[in-house]
Amino acid sequence: MSKYTEEQLEQELKTKEYEYGFYTDIESETFAKGLNEDVVRAISKKKNEPQWMTDWRIEAFRVWEKMEEPDWANVNYPKPNFQEIAYYSAPKKKPKLNSLDEVDPDLLETFKKLGISIDEQKKLANVAVDIVMDSVSVATTFKKTLGEKGIIFMPISEAIQEHPELVKKYLGTVVPTTDNFYAALNSAVFSDGSFCYIPKGVKCPMELSTYFRINEGGTGQFERTLVVADKGSYVSYLEGCTAPQRDENQLHAAVVELIAMDDAEIKYSTVQNWFPGDENGKGGVFNFVTKRGLCETNAKISWTQVETGSAVTWKYPSCVLKGNNSVGEFYSIAVTNHYQQADTGTKMIHLGKNTKSTIISKGISAGKSQNSYRGLVQINSRAENARNFSQCDSLLMGNECGAHTFPYIEAKNKSAQIEHEATTSKIGEDQLFYCNQRGIDTEKAIALIVNGFSKEVLNKLPMEFAVEAQKLLEISLEGSVG
Amino acid sequence: MELKDKILSSYVAFENEVDINSDVHEIRTEALENFEKLGFPTKRLEAWKYTSLNSVLKEDYSMFPNKCTSVELADVKKYFIHDIDTYKVIFIDGKYSPFLSETTHDKIDVCLMSAAFAKPKYQPVIKKYFNKVAKQDNLTSLNTAFAKEGAYIHIPKNTEVQKPIQIINFSTCADVSTMVQPRNLIVVEENAHVQIIERHQSLTSNAVLSNVVTEIFAEKSATVDVYKIQNDDINASLVDNTYVDQKSNSVVSVHTFSFGGNITRNNLNFYQNGEHIDSILKGVTIIEGKQHVDHHTLVHHIEPNCESHQDYKGIYDERSTAVFNGKVIVEKEAQKTNAYQQNNNVLVSDKATINAKPQLEIFADDVKCSHGCTIGQLDDDALFYMQQRGIPQKEGKALLMYAFANTVLESVKIPEVKSRITKLIAKKLGVNIGFDL
Repeated sequence: MSKYTEEQLEQELKTKEYEYGFYTDIESETFAKGLNEDVVRAISKKKNEPQWMTDWRIEAFRVWEKMEEPDWANVNYPKPNFQEIAYYSAPKKKPKLNSLDEVDPDLLETFKKLGISIDEQKKLANVAVDIVMDSVSVATTFKKTLGEKGIIFMPISEAIQEHPELVKKYLGTVVPTTDNFYAALNSAVFSDGSFCYIPKGVKCPMELSTYFRINEGGTGQFERTLVVADKGSYVSYLEGCTAPQRDENQLHAAVVELIAMDDAEIKYSTVQNWFPGDENGKGGVFNFVTKRGLCETNAKISWTQVETGSAVTWKYPSCVLKGNNSVGEFYSIAVTNHYQQADTGTKMIHLGKNTKSTIISKGISAGKSQNSYRGLVQINSRAENARNFSQCDSLLMGNECGAHTFPYIEAKNKSAQIEHEATTSKIGEDQLFYCNQRGIDTEKAIALIVNGFSKEVLNKLPMEFAVEAQKLLEISLEGSVG
Repeated sequence: MELKDKILSSYVAFENEVDINSDVHEIRTEALENFEKLGFPTKRLEAWKYTSLNSVLKEDYSMFPNKCTSVELADVKKYFIHDIDTYKVIFIDGKYSPFLSETTHDKIDVCLMSAAFAKPKYQPVIKKYFNKVAKQDNLTSLNTAFAKEGAYIHIPKNTEVQKPIQIINFSTCADVSTMVQPRNLIVVEENAHVQIIERHQSLTSNAVLSNVVTEIFAEKSATVDVYKIQNDDINASLVDNTYVDQKSNSVVSVHTFSFGGNITRNNLNFYQNGEHIDSILKGVTIIEGKQHVDHHTLVHHIEPNCESHQDYKGIYDERSTAVFNGKVIVEKEAQKTNAYQQNNNVLVSDKATINAKPQLEIFADDVKCSHGCTIGQLDDDALFYMQQRGIPQKEGKALLMYAFANTVLESVKIPEVKSRITKLIAKKLGVNIGFDL
């Protein structure tokens, strides 16, 4: 199969039969709350992991025990009690609903606005679907296409079984177990995640997004993603979903590692819309993520993120530009509303010669939210001719929210060229007036202006998601017009 | 004995020299307790992430140097801005030098803190202003605990001071390392105007540590211009804490020229307690060797319709390290704030390091805030152009660097200060040219 069109996909969705389950149907079992070495061992055993993996987890756990939870971020939240969390539970079975009528009307309204198809709506709202529209069948077809190219793409737990040599070689090389509190915790207890390997010289024929989006569901609290792009390969990967995720897990601590070998390119896009808590700031997900990519010679890693969800976000997708001529990019939109708090940004570590990095960060705060950009640009003494351009723009809506920037710039090489710019502004009254004059109501006008403000980043998203992300921004800011 | 313990134990001796029954002494004692609790700053503190005082704090400093060399005017004249008439408040090793000074009580008060602490007629001012804007952080507390001497400047309503005021602290002790802690209080009443030049100069090869606190109060419509010339000996380190409290319609500008010294840390804090205030913070830093300069600025926009302008330029050669940490806070009420911050740096050597952290914390929506920070090199094409026209490389470079720093120099209002700075820059860049081309 050389090319896979949307029509084909649609056709398949209609005709394909359910083949086999993605997750083996083990008896739903949840470990008792609390974390100790036994729990870590038990998780490892449950996953039937080889000894080296168990040892790796135990080592991480021992490190974690000695660490303290970081509190330098510009966020306030009640510290989670790590002994009050159950660290392993089989995929939760949600009650199946019979028709869309039973679904929360708010959720349906959101789906409608996002322009998600009815079938997909049903899937996302966990409605029993008549026509066969199952993740697995589609996934399998994709898998075949990928398989032909020699691309490995599977849950990391399977990869540990099937490709232990690859996982062993790369896991924890970019984000070591000792990296930080949450990375150590994740290393000790991660239940699943994705593993992706693109062989030498292969250009991944599809956005790995589509697959992932359908495959979404029960991603778990501690997700681990490892993407390895071998020499000269290319992959575009999208995680997350524009649809709201009513997740019950309060704490999410994921780790994402990207490795781009010589001449390889990885494009990693994220859309995050986890439950942000209600208008009064009750509930919501804590999202503490460690994401880092390593670039070898001539490699390129590009992070794009649209962050609209979670009560507290703590996330710094970074690039270690190790190889000469490597390129790191970071494009981000972070929207906070109500009582949300986001402390997000990036780190660009320039080690190699002629390395380049670009940072475009757009923060939009509304309601009573706090939105911070925190970034580091570090030019090491051997990084000749390093180049960085950073731009952080903040848009404030209302006078009860806050926008903060904490850029750290460290240069140790005289040939470095670094530019950093930050601006803070609000939506101009004349801009609104201009729109109103032309019959665009204020709410729509704001959406329009926000879109323009975010354009630079939205453009970097894979096409299909760009459209949804745009609408997502609109929805996230609904009712914030003051 | 560790420096901290030494300092704490010397407090008893210090108490013998001051009036311990005054209100001020209560403030001192409280500050000492605070310092005892906080200790010296370490790199673990976010505010001191890039500056370590460890190497400086290792010295065995004498807190109250006694017998020190006398200073002849001829020896130190070059450190004055001597080509214009000025008031002078001069201290040698923390002690007032009446011989070198020129103070006044004619309409305005340009005198000493020790006098202001002691005499009843100054008590209302001391009570109203002393230690009212200074932060309770570690080094400021340390200074407050030992606050005894420094310049006291009080400018009454509607007075324009005709001559600039020079505050100079000399260190001379030949046999011991010294630590001095001058404490200045500058109160500028409504609609008054004053210009101040501040300098710290070591005349000895021994280590000197100055921990200075200056409080500046600018009442309604007051104008205050401060020029800080930091071109000290390589063994001298300086922590300069300046706190500025501004009321409505006042304009305060602080220019800091950092060329010398071992470790220099400038904590410059502006608090805008009124409307239509303008705060101007500018600086030029040119350092080499193993010098370290850290500019730590804060502009706190508390009320609406105010402005702040920051412009810091730096040129770093050899193994020098520099820090710029500029923080702008805009409170919820401070609508219509315009805050600008600009920080440009040139690294001349591969061993030099610059760490910049321009920071914005904004809680109001109708504001214009921007910051720009760049690190780069001199324009090779421009240099080549000059070389083509017969300007040697060295001079060409110096010209480019001077042009780079000129946006800061432009706003220096005293011509004599400007020409002095220009000469210092030429000397620092190792060229013998006037820049008034």
